[in-house]
Amino acid sequence: MNLDESRRLASIKSKLEYRARTLAGIRAFFTEEDFLEIDTPIRVPAVAPEQFIAAYTSEGWFLSTSPELQMKRLLAAGYRRIFQIARCFRKDERGRHHNPEFTMLEWYRAGADYNQIIADTENLVLFLAGKNGLGRQLSYQGHKIDLSPPWPRITVREAYIHQAGWDPFIHFDGQRFDDDMVDKIIPSFPVSRPVVIMDYPPQCAALARLKAGHPAAAERAEIFLAGLEIANIYSELTDPAEQVRRFKEEMKIILEAGRPSTWPQKFIEAVPQMPPCGGIALGIDRLVMLFSDTASIDEVMAFPSDLL
Amino acid sequence: MNIEEVTRNTKILIDNTPMAVETVEFVKPGKGRAIYKFRLRNLFSGNVLDITYHSGDKVEETTVTVHEMQYLYKEGDNYIFMDNSSFEQMPMTEAQTGVKAGYLKEGTPVVVMMWEDRPIDLQLPKIVELKVVEASASLKGATITAQMKEGKLETGITIGVPAFIKDGDIIKVDTRTGTYIERVGSK
Repeated sequence: MNLDESRRLASIKSKLEYRARTLAGIRAFFTEEDFLEIDTPIRVPAVAPEQFIAAYTSEGWFLSTSPELQMKRLLAAGYRRIFQIARCFRKDERGRHHNPEFTMLEWYRAGADYNQIIADTENLVLFLAGKNGLGRQLSYQGHKIDLSPPWPRITVREAYIHQAGWDPFIHFDGQRFDDDMVDKIIPSFPVSRPVVIMDYPPQCAALARLKAGHPAAAERAEIFLAGLEIANIYSELTDPAEQVRRFKEEMKIILEAGRPSTWPQKFIEAVPQMPPCGGIALGIDRLVMLFSDTASIDEVMAFPSDLL
Repeated sequence: MNIEEVTRNTKILIDNTPMAVETVEFVKPGKGRAIYKFRLRNLFSGNVLDITYHSGDKVEETTVTVHEMQYLYKEGDNYIFMDNSSFEQMPMTEAQTGVKAGYLKEGTPVVVMMWEDRPIDLQLPKIVELKVVEASASLKGATITAQMKEGKLETGITIGVPAFIKDGDIIKVDTRTGTYIERVGSK
């Protein structure tokens, strides 16, 4: 065995122990909450068309970018509370917080909306911190973070008006929205607390439903700890016509860019039977980074893509 | 090339100037577009430039070639090098060699980075052996420590050398710091 590799693997053993405790803790938490663990395929004929998420192809199919569509087909069939720990793949996503193959936790609750899922997340993270011997506070890269719920909630609109000086609900500009999120909004978050940023402009709704109001906002929330984004939450979109409209729009952009995309017909057929529900995708690798006070995602995985 | 393909050390062309990518920071907010924050080094001036790109952007890749050469002689204001493979001769001006010229003597092996037939950087061996041509007898200058004195080298530069160094001694010099390492003999 290569000496560098054996040294590296020996040095990250404590990180892998955090990882194992976190995975075991997730299963314990959801079993206690009466959720069913689900295990859907990694190789699929279609993924949700999203212009900024690129899938790897596999003999005409795709490697899953998220188990969301299959999980929702289960919801449509009457499953009420389900969770999954899934390997996901996203092409070209590589950085200090990204590896093209990563581990995602998704859970869905029938009859719930994004507020209940945010509360679930507060409880889960606190529970997992306990399993990792951390109590109600964790220390990440020099910041002490108090995990006590409820976590501060900030709306996207107030954050942009105060920190970036414009209202994305009036004149939406996607690139400016993303740049300001990175350069102005996230750096303005308090580092001593987890932050929930919620109610996105409809252009950023993805698979979230819109709530009534002026202007209409998408019931979508993201959770940040010390600037690290760990989860994306929706009150799930269950309106079939609206779902078709959004997917068509995204698919057109993907195909025009010369990238492959297949219409997720079986999911679309299931949407009318979906109950009102809330759901979340949470990055387990990043959660382990937080618990183990680790700066780079590479150190919480035995084999990041560059070292395979 | 697509922005996704750019990695550290990729050379790209901006406003017809070659830039080396020193760091790449990949950030991707939520469901949003990927943002690539590059720190670039201008290969002519050495200046650093921070620039942000987004998924879908393209940049023009450029090629910087690396050539093993040796220094031959100085002709007017030009330092003349010879490519060890092609035996072609190439001049570099004093502005291009900078302080590195002070370590060049006939036969010194160097590595030259070229962009479109123009030399943009010169790498010296870490250690060179040079002859002391004028070792001052007395101590001069407040910046030289008690045991050191000035020694002029055959290439024309002056560095701090120990008191026992005499004219004609051959010494090893660290080209990165310009400091004396040891005496290796005399001529």
